[in-house]
Amino acid sequence: MADDASLTPHVPETPVRKFNINFGPQHPAAHGVLRLVLELDGEIVERVDPHIGLLHRGTEKLMEYRTYLQNIPYFDRLDYVAPMNQEHAFCLAIEKLMGIEVPIRGSLIRVMFSEIGRILNHLLNVTTQAMDVGALTPPLWGFEEREKLMVFYERACGARLHANYFRPGGVHQDLPEALINDIGDWAVAFARPMADIDKLITGNRIFKQRNVDIGVVTKDEAIKWGFSGVMVRGSGIAWDLRRSQPYECYDDFDFDIPLGVNGDCYDRYLCRMQEMRESTKIILQCVERLKRTPGPVMTEDNKVSPPRRGEMKRSMEALIHHFKLYTEGFRTPPGEVYACVEAPKGEFGVFLVSDGTNKPYRCKIRAPGYPHLMAMDWMNRGHMLADVSAILGSLDIVFGEIDR
Amino acid sequence: MSWPQTSDHMEMLGQAMVANSAGAIAGHSVAYGELTLTAPLPRIVDALTYLRDHKDYQFQQLIDLCGVDYPERVRRFDVVYHLLSLTKNHRVRLKIETDEDTPVPTVTGVYPCADWFEREAFDMYGIFFEGHPDLRRILTDYGFHGHPLRKDFPMTGYVELRYDDELKRVVYEPVKSVEYRNWDFLSPWEGADYVLPGDEKVEAK
Repeated sequence: MADDASLTPHVPETPVRKFNINFGPQHPAAHGVLRLVLELDGEIVERVDPHIGLLHRGTEKLMEYRTYLQNIPYFDRLDYVAPMNQEHAFCLAIEKLMGIEVPIRGSLIRVMFSEIGRILNHLLNVTTQAMDVGALTPPLWGFEEREKLMVFYERACGARLHANYFRPGGVHQDLPEALINDIGDWAVAFARPMADIDKLITGNRIFKQRNVDIGVVTKDEAIKWGFSGVMVRGSGIAWDLRRSQPYECYDDFDFDIPLGVNGDCYDRYLCRMQEMRESTKIILQCVERLKRTPGPVMTEDNKVSPPRRGEMKRSMEALIHHFKLYTEGFRTPPGEVYACVEAPKGEFGVFLVSDGTNKPYRCKIRAPGYPHLMAMDWMNRGHMLADVSAILGSLDIVFGEIDR
Repeated sequence: MSWPQTSDHMEMLGQAMVANSAGAIAGHSVAYGELTLTAPLPRIVDALTYLRDHKDYQFQQLIDLCGVDYPERVRRFDVVYHLLSLTKNHRVRLKIETDEDTPVPTVTGVYPCADWFEREAFDMYGIFFEGHPDLRRILTDYGFHGHPLRKDFPMTGYVELRYDDELKRVVYEPVKSVEYRNWDFLSPWEGADYVLPGDEKVEAK
């Protein structure tokens, strides 16, 4: 700097001050407990050092001490915005190990609730992203719809948030007819609040100014940094596990996968909005198929699925199965599997190492937000301080899954 | 490419990978419809570069990197890499073995996203990554001691913390809470590896 000053002597020398500031962990735009150490040159961000782990609960360690069935609730507490999608990955891993087939009705219910989870997540993300850049109304509108979806959760499994509904072999309980009808009605009516939110945010001048051309991710960067989900699709890479590596019965559904063009925050927002509409399409197809597909929702193999209450009153064998299942649990054959789902945030994977006992030997949870947050440093360099919260909002971060 | 892939196809892929990698990939196995490769520790960077750049494999993404602890082994840790090819649409798992003292060459040069994954493996298991740009703890608390996911680390940990009203700050104390009740529900008739009470005399005879 001294040399520059000597070359242009008529400019008065101003002292250069670099700032180091703490963003969070108690900042409303930090989406939970993120501490960012920002190095600023004036208002330009020069370096970002995210400090994570403030919500670390040792989930992976705890899981090694509990049986498979006891472990499912931990998955609700990872990404608590879309709980059932996480359970899904864990159930798929166990099913892969044990070779369990899920009955078609169970599979349809899983797909339906996965898509409800996707809408839950995107509603939260899209509207809070708007809040991060200054709009207060969208979250109120979005949360109204989320509330209705939470009620569907509650009616299906008894819990609004921590569902524990997907089980190895299917889902825990069948849905009542009225609930299926209500979900169908909701999915039709959802077009209206979607149009409202769309009208409120998409064309909004301030929202565009804050998001267009901010946090651009090229195709190369998205792949190199291990991105998945909307983060790669926003950059124009046609990659969705539901389509490319289909699991459950996603093969049978008709839906489109929206792609972005520019890879900036605004494109990612548009992708999420369109994905919600596509999810609604899938939900409607599920509702229609569920109405004409009666049958069991869980595998009939009583070594992994609990017997019905009624059977337990009469059958000694059912009682023994119930007792064994809820004390010892089931055992998995030794081996290693990796199962993943297209969670709303990206690829959510579970790497399960089994030693043949009733507890996982090691369970590594691959959270999509982890590599996304890792990219905060290079994505923010050269941006203004105010863009940090816009970029963070578009990354779709939830600390439950990152800190585990 | 179609999904899921057949085991035969994976077997073929695995054999080709081992044969053509000039020793960077040591072995392969196919189980549960997944291909697992093993590599010698010093060649890990070569192996991953080979898998990434070979035109038939094109594993562009490092999906996951983690440690696994087997305390009874001489080289107790596995480092497991999960790779994904978006263009060829397949997945592979690569494993290497290491111990507490042998550093693993970092793969941040091949896949930049290995950065935090390696930090996490270091934090959780104490596996060292040689050449890593910034090998700090990541998930545990500032000033944490030990590596919590090792099998010899107790689930309750060694310290617990509470807010001290007199000192007006959070203080660390040795764990006082009740020990976790870890019942052994495994059926003794199905190969439990301990001597049943009363059966000691059978062994003595």
